Amino acid sequence: MSAAGDLPGAKPPGEELHEVRLTVNGEVRTVRVPARRLLSDCLRHDLGLTGTHVGCEHGVCGACTVLLDGAPVRSCLLLAVSAEGASITTVEGLAEPGSGLSPVQQAFRECHGLQCGFCTPGFLTTITAGLRENPDPDDGQAREMIGGNLCRCTGYQNILASVHRAAELMRAAAPAGPA
Amino acid sequence: MSSLFGARVQRVEDDRLLRGHGAYLDDLGPDALAAAFVRSPHAHARITGTDVSQAVAAPGVVAVYTYDDLPPRLAEPLPLLIPHPALTHGRTPYPLAHREVNHVGEAVVMVVAADRYLAEDAADLIDVSYEPLPAVVGLPAARAAAQLVHDDVPGNLAANAVQERGNTAAAIAAAPNVLELDLDIERSASTPLEGRGVLARWDEQSQRLALWTSTQTSTGVRAAVAAKLGLDLAQVDVITPDVGGGFGVKIVHPWPEEVLVPWAARQLGRPVKFTEDRSEHFVASAHERAQHHHVTVGYDDDGRILGLDVRFWHDNGAYVPYGLIVPIVTSTQLLGPYKPGAYRVEFDSLYTNTVLVTPYRGAGRPHGCFVMERTMDAIAAALELDRTVVRERNFIQPDEMPYDQGLIFQDGRPLSYDSGDYPAMLAKIKDLVGWDKFPQLKQAAAAEGRRLGIGLACYVEGTGVGPYEGAHIVVETSGKVKVATGLTSQGQGHQTTLAQLAADTLGVPLTDVEVVTGDTRRFGYAVGTFASRTAVTSGSAVTLAARKAKQKALRVAADALEVSAGDLEITDGKVQVKGDPDSGMSLGTVAVLSNPLRYAFDDAAKAATQFAGGGDPDRPPVAPGDEPGIEGRAFFSPVRSTFASGVHAAIVETDPDTAEVRILRYCVVHDCGPLINPMIVEGQIHGGVAQGVGGALYERMAYDESGQLVNASFMDFLMPYVSEVPHAIEIDHLETPSPLNPLGVKGAGEAGVIPGAATLAAAIEDAEGIPILSMPLSPSDLFELRQAHDRPGAQAATFPAGLPHAG
Amino acid sequence: MKPRPVGYTRPESVAEALVALATVDAEAKVLAGGQSLVPLMSMRLASPDVLVDINRLTELSYVRVADGQVCVGALARHTDVLTSKAAAAAQPLLGKALRFVAHPAIRNRGTTVGSIVHADPAGEMPAVLALLSGEVRVASAAGERSIPAGEFFLGPLESDVQPGELALEVRFPVRPAAAGTALAGTGFAEISRRRGDYAVCGVAVLAWLGTDGSVGGARAAYLSVGPAPVVVDLTDAVAGHGADAASFPAAARLARARLAPGADMHATVAYRRHLAGVLTERALAEAVADAREKAAA
Repeated sequence: MSAAGDLPGAKPPGEELHEVRLTVNGEVRTVRVPARRLLSDCLRHDLGLTGTHVGCEHGVCGACTVLLDGAPVRSCLLLAVSAEGASITTVEGLAEPGSGLSPVQQAFRECHGLQCGFCTPGFLTTITAGLRENPDPDDGQAREMIGGNLCRCTGYQNILASVHRAAELMRAAAPAGPA
Repeated sequence: MSSLFGARVQRVEDDRLLRGHGAYLDDLGPDALAAAFVRSPHAHARITGTDVSQAVAAPGVVAVYTYDDLPPRLAEPLPLLIPHPALTHGRTPYPLAHREVNHVGEAVVMVVAADRYLAEDAADLIDVSYEPLPAVVGLPAARAAAQLVHDDVPGNLAANAVQERGNTAAAIAAAPNVLELDLDIERSASTPLEGRGVLARWDEQSQRLALWTSTQTSTGVRAAVAAKLGLDLAQVDVITPDVGGGFGVKIVHPWPEEVLVPWAARQLGRPVKFTEDRSEHFVASAHERAQHHHVTVGYDDDGRILGLDVRFWHDNGAYVPYGLIVPIVTSTQLLGPYKPGAYRVEFDSLYTNTVLVTPYRGAGRPHGCFVMERTMDAIAAALELDRTVVRERNFIQPDEMPYDQGLIFQDGRPLSYDSGDYPAMLAKIKDLVGWDKFPQLKQAAAAEGRRLGIGLACYVEGTGVGPYEGAHIVVETSGKVKVATGLTSQGQGHQTTLAQLAADTLGVPLTDVEVVTGDTRRFGYAVGTFASRTAVTSGSAVTLAARKAKQKALRVAADALEVSAGDLEITDGKVQVKGDPDSGMSLGTVAVLSNPLRYAFDDAAKAATQFAGGGDPDRPPVAPGDEPGIEGRAFFSPVRSTFASGVHAAIVETDPDTAEVRILRYCVVHDCGPLINPMIVEGQIHGGVAQGVGGALYERMAYDESGQLVNASFMDFLMPYVSEVPHAIEIDHLETPSPLNPLGVKGAGEAGVIPGAATLAAAIEDAEGIPILSMPLSPSDLFELRQAHDRPGAQAATFPAGLPHAG
Repeated sequence: MKPRPVGYTRPESVAEALVALATVDAEAKVLAGGQSLVPLMSMRLASPDVLVDINRLTELSYVRVADGQVCVGALARHTDVLTSKAAAAAQPLLGKALRFVAHPAIRNRGTTVGSIVHADPAGEMPAVLALLSGEVRVASAAGERSIPAGEFFLGPLESDVQPGELALEVRFPVRPAAAGTALAGTGFAEISRRRGDYAVCGVAVLAWLGTDGSVGGARAAYLSVGPAPVVVDLTDAVAGHGADAASFPAAARLARARLAPGADMHATVAYRRHLAGVLTERALAEAVADAREKAAA
């Protein structure tokens, strides 16, 4: 049975909206959202950045991982309002617009580090931050770095290879140190 | 130009996906209304009342639907997709429950609202009253049938089926040695990272439905939805978006949501979208793997199987929309690479008040492989023979191919193996894992107090099943090549591998080829992606279609160049006289010439207009029987499946104190015939192995005795992280081409998972000296087995109390 | 899985937060890291009326050593505690346990104080607090009070923090009183099904040497064995043993006898109890070795 419902799209009366200012991929964005709006949904649906994916909404799979002030966090476990003022990097912000892929993205391509691609954005942000912190991870450190992200397709072998390849690419691109 | 067949080409899909520009279902339809469902909290209950009045009035709600709102076609049970004579009591769900619910998670009410948050709020306000009924959970309860799932299905028996080759009872009776085994595999699930989803747009003006769904079969969905909504096929487009993994669960169709969402979209005149969340996926999609098997095997003193009798019980959950595929695959693929003297397999497929069971990667083979390989190991142990020796003695030999097993396979066709070299693959795995050196390794470790074990398991996989797939290729006037095939992609790199085939066959650069899959607007005849069939069926169809297009191009170019077609080749997108790169014309130009035009739409097109010169004025511009354009359309329909094979071996270490299992080495020898893209095949193996490890050591759907799924989240359903998979997966290949398709290829998608449980069970048993007959095996399970083993007569508690066991 | 509608306020000071918590005649929950609260809300298992978001109270994000305590403010993320050199030097047990808390992305946002207030019986930090006999400082509009660890954990997911109260700080002793004047070594051991999962069983151990160089005493706190962390005095089982002993089976026996773990889908009672014994020996060996190192230094 149908309801003579409210205009779809209009926020119903009674649910207070909060203005939230976020810097996303270097751009200041403002949204008006209810307190309960998850950051994952805000990024995807209020800001149209659908690259961040939702796999579980309980913080376990890591597909929703974005960088908050440079550190990987689960966007499904954050309320958009609580992120007010933060600087967020999503997968869309990893490569320079209109240019080549970032070293981490490039590495994934070379090493076949993705299959269906659904978990991939979470890995890319996590590894980008991880390599910033530790540009030369050994095997154990690389495993720790990706240890909190689930992938059902790849069995992780090529994702690990991608971490090491990305480190290699970054080293090759870095300006030469003192002789 | 070197051949792309066999090249480790980087995927064309990746750039877009890596930038976060994928278009998965929930990324689409920002303007759509959102659907949410009220689902049964009971495993078995009668619905005694439904009050939606508060929901209807809730903020943002546009509609609320119960069974009573459904039109006649939707008020019927959903289709039983694969009927079978043995499936005498097939039952399927209604799109919205009618009078009774049969599993926790069954859809009862649909809410459509402005967004998902508001839809869930409204769902909260819906009051469904239930009269709980006793729940049937687990195979023992289903078999005992003290309670029934469906009132009209006696004994909870959906089907009983028997296949036999030879006189098994007599063979076993006459055998010098007989063994009996009880073997269990427990329930798990595909669990892709992306759940199900469907988006529907109804265009009232053109009376057409556009449906996006995260599916493995666009044509299957289209046919089912058209039938259910009373539409012509031509009124329905089904477009498969990017899909975040399938692994089998997304081959089922139509899901209740897949018919309700388009129906609602039409009713409301608004686009409607349903995105399944993780909680729902656990209780409203499908599971697989729960079977209990009883084996009786008669064998001679050399370990050759004279008679093999397998009786098993399959838990099919509350409904069987996908028919008996899983137990049929177990029944037939259990034979693996062996030729027992006589074989009899009988199964009961039983209802339980749990989520329905449909194929998950491997689709019954992991269970079959577990049964066969544990039996082989048991025979070896009884005769004190090397486990590889027993297997060798039972192998079908290469010179016996093709080998007819005398059974009917899941495609309704004879189970006849086309090619394979099992002795060679066994030799390779022994070499790779160091089988003969292992006893020393084990001894050295034992001296340090460490427990090491080695195991192996062989499998055969029928791949590339029919009925067919097709492909259409068009060369545009720009020289770009557009390829379409009807089956779908969920991460297997089809757009790349099929492009490799098209580019190779046509003679164009890979970058000029674009492949579209799973879009009924582009290709309307297809079956779907499952059973490791894409390379065989679509691969062959693309190749055949490309050959046709090439034929046409050569003919048109030959005409224009006034040479014979046999003197021409296509290299790098240019049609030229063989060995003469300066001659000839681009393929794009050939496409222009192939389509006599009245109107030139660009400069290049001028060459094809009526006053451009050339052409015989006494013949029609398009010859009778011919067509304009450079196109090829072809279908490939295999006469039967082609049989891939392989063997895995693993070395494990078990902790004497904590009973944890660590995989030290995992080796794979894999034969899927020639490889189109070795990098992609290896990726498929890696993923399959991870799922095999998950299924062997971590994943289990834990139902309590009231039918509640106790671990319906990723916190307690233990999909492996990187820390749980082997550190390295060592792969060696073997290639025995298939004579059954033009490429000689065999399927590769499921192989990685099939022998996982069998391999690891064997290795753990070798380390512990305790029979491992049930998987998955957690450290707690192993601890309890150790306790029981140390105290003969004691019952091993493989399970905490209160949770039913499959066995 | 989306949360129900909820009210929201983001105070700019502790005083404002306390007022917000006090004035509501509705259920208010403090939102700090949110790593436990938000998924509960998404699953609609928790539906507070108001969230009091304390993420602006940056004055509470400290990790410092003062008065013989490692003091962790309410807004200090697990990662902040893990990377604090001062904390690591003063009380290494914190780092040993924190490594087992979930995964980095969770630790980057989740707070140590929050996880202690959440009082999950499978939590690492509640066990550490209990072992060290630390305390939780809470404030309300009515004033402040300190709750010793022994009185803090009331049951599964239940702590002594009352409605209207805000936990401001947790204090972990640098020199736990149990060890007297001796320098205590620490050890931590945990078994989980997957790396980063909740513990199937875990233990934090303190051990110290006597004046003669043999083991003086030991104390253990167990997680995932009951409704709250369970503290067991192991001294009787280990005192007098050589400090270079390779194993301490008597301690394992004592632990197994004292504990009454439950069963769940990951472990039978017998297995969990067995693990408690195994992990006791491992963590104890680590703690004794640590104590020896400290004594030698």
